Amino acid sequence: MKSILPSSVVGLILIFLAFPIIVVAAVSFSSANYLTFPPPALSLKWYRVYFGAENWLNPTWLSLWVAAAVVVLSTLLGTLAALGIARLPRPLRILVSGLILSPLIVPVIVVAIGVYYAFSRYGLVGKPIALVLAHTSLAVPFVVTSVTATLAGIDPRLEQAALSLGATPRGTFFQITLPLIQPGVIVGALFAFITSFDELIVSLFLSGQGAVTLPRRMWEDLRYAIDPTIAAVSTLTIVLTAVLLGAAHWLRKRSEQNRTLVTSSAP
Amino acid sequence: MAPGVRDTVSSTGSGASVSLAGLEKSYERVGAVNGVSLDIRSGEFLTLLGPSGSGKTTTLMMIAGFEQPTKGDIAIDGTSVVAMPPHKRNIGMVFQNYALFPHLTVAENIGFPLKQRGVAKAERAKLVGEALELVHLPGYGGRYPRQLSGGQQQRVALARAIVFKPRLLLMDEPLGALDKQLRENLQLEMRRLHADLGITFIYVTHDQEEALTMSDRIAVMNEGLVSQVGSPEDLYDRPCNRFVAGFIGESNFLPATVKGLEGDIVIAECQGAVIRATCPSRPSSGSTVTLTTRPERLRFADTLNGSAQSMNRMAVTVTEAVFAGERCRYMLKAADGTMIVLKEPSSAAIRRRTVGEHAEIAWSVADTILV
Repeated sequence: MKSILPSSVVGLILIFLAFPIIVVAAVSFSSANYLTFPPPALSLKWYRVYFGAENWLNPTWLSLWVAAAVVVLSTLLGTLAALGIARLPRPLRILVSGLILSPLIVPVIVVAIGVYYAFSRYGLVGKPIALVLAHTSLAVPFVVTSVTATLAGIDPRLEQAALSLGATPRGTFFQITLPLIQPGVIVGALFAFITSFDELIVSLFLSGQGAVTLPRRMWEDLRYAIDPTIAAVSTLTIVLTAVLLGAAHWLRKRSEQNRTLVTSSAP
Repeated sequence: MAPGVRDTVSSTGSGASVSLAGLEKSYERVGAVNGVSLDIRSGEFLTLLGPSGSGKTTTLMMIAGFEQPTKGDIAIDGTSVVAMPPHKRNIGMVFQNYALFPHLTVAENIGFPLKQRGVAKAERAKLVGEALELVHLPGYGGRYPRQLSGGQQQRVALARAIVFKPRLLLMDEPLGALDKQLRENLQLEMRRLHADLGITFIYVTHDQEEALTMSDRIAVMNEGLVSQVGSPEDLYDRPCNRFVAGFIGESNFLPATVKGLEGDIVIAECQGAVIRATCPSRPSSGSTVTLTTRPERLRFADTLNGSAQSMNRMAVTVTEAVFAGERCRYMLKAADGTMIVLKEPSSAAIRRRTVGEHAEIAWSVADTILV
C-alpha cells in the first residue's frame, strides 16, 4: 500500500507528540534544583522528595481513592444506562443518550461552577464525596459510549436464544450479555479512572481545603514553587496511565484469544 | 425410518400439539398477523410458508413467547401459554443466524439449556456427547463456534435446541444462509431427526421447494392470514386460491366462464374451448373464474396416443421455444393473447416445435383447477 505521508514526516509528528513526555521524564531524573533541560546530571532525588512528602502522598492517595470510587459507580451506572438505552424506542433513545452524554459537550468549567453552587448548598464542598459524585457524572458518558459500541456488535437474538433454552432473564444477563459486553465495560472503566484521576477544573472548585487531589496539588505547586518534584510526579502519572492502558489491551486480547483457541481435544 | 415417509409421525406420542386460535398481532411495520387459526398435531412437521412480510415469523415468535399477541390464544397440549414467559415454555428454537453463544465452546453451548435446568455436570457431558453424535459432530465439543463452518454451526444450534428434549421445536429459516448443496443435505437430516425424535416441528421458510420436501403439512401464509393448509401434494395439485397456485410452483392462469356442473366437474368456456375442471367451491353458472394448470402437466396433443376422454384441449400458437436440457420450455399464445407456459420432458424422439407454429395442447381434467 502506498502511504499518504512519507515515513520521515510521520516520524516527526510522532516525536512532536511524544516530546513533552520525553522532556518531563528527563527532567524528573535531574540533579538540578530547578526545571532545566537537558538535566546537568542524573539523580533520583526528586522521586525521594515525592515519596517522603506527606503533602504529595496524601493528595495521591485521595486521587486514587476518588478514582476507584468513580470507576465503581460510573461503570455500574454507565453499563446499566447503556443496556437501558439500547432497549428504548428510537426517538426516546436519542433524547436520553443525548442527556447522558451532555457532560462531554458542556464546557467543564460550566459543569464545575454548576456543581460548586449545588454542592455548597449542602455543605459538600471540600469533602471527597463531592469529587466522587462530580467525577462520576463526567465519567459515565465514557462508559455509556464504550458499552453501547460493544452492544451494537452483539446479535440481539443471542438473548432470545438463551431465554428459549430456559435461562431466566437474570441468568441470561449474567451468562450471556455481561460476558459479551465485558471488553466494552473494561475500556469504559479505564476511561472513567483516567477521567477522574486527571481531572483538575472541577477539583479546583470542589476540593476546598479538605479534599486536595493530586492534579490540584500539582497545579498549586506550579503556581508557588517550581521544582523538579512535579516532573517526577508527572512521570509517575504517565507510567500509571500507560500501565493501565496496556493492561486493558492485554485483557481484551486474552479474552479474544480464549474464543479462538483451538483445543487439542478437537480432531 | 427413511426420510420422506410422512404418515407415521402421528403414531408417536411424544410431540406437543399446538393450537392457534384467532391469533392477531398488529404492527406499524410489516409482518402483522391478522387472525391465524391453526391446529398442529402432536409429532407433526408443519411448515409456515409465505413471502417476507406475510406474518410467518411473527407467528413463530408469538409461539416462542418473544412477541405478545394483540388478540387470540396459543395453547400447547391444551394449555394456554400466552401469559407464560419464553424461558418457561420449554420450546426448542433454531434461529436463522444460528445464534450460538460466541464466548462459549460447542459443548458449553449445547450444555447451556441443561445447566439452566440444574443437570449435574457428568450427566450434562454425557447428554452433550449424545447430541453431538446425533448431528454428526462428535469430538467438536472443545471448539468455539467461529471455528466451525456455517453448516456445522447450524448442526450445533440444532443439537442445542433438542438436547433438553423439548416436545416442540421451532425453526426460523434455519437453512437460509447456507448454499444449495448443504441446504439439501441438512433438509434430509432434519427429516431424519424429526422421524427419530418424534417431536413436533414448526418450520418457517419462504422457500417453497424446501417446504414441499420436508413437511407433513404446509400452512401457506399471505398478508397475515393462512391462505391454505394441507399436505404438499394437496397444495400443489389442488390449490384453493390464486395466491397458493402462484406461490407454490409455477402456474398458468386463464380467465374462464362457468357454463354448468356435471357432478364434481365444472364445465367452463376458456379461449373458445370447452374445459372440464375440478373446483374447490361450486361456482354458479355464468360466473367468471380463473383456470389454473401446471406447465409440466400440459402436452402437445399430437404426442399423446389415442384420444383420452379425460383431457382438455386448446388451440395455441408457439411464440418461444427454449431447450433447457432435461426439458423444453415453450411459450404459447392462446386465442385472446394470454400466454401459457408448457414444459415438455426432452427426448430425441419428440419433435421440437418452431416459433409461429400452430398447435393443440392437451392436459388432464384432474390437473385443471378453477379458483
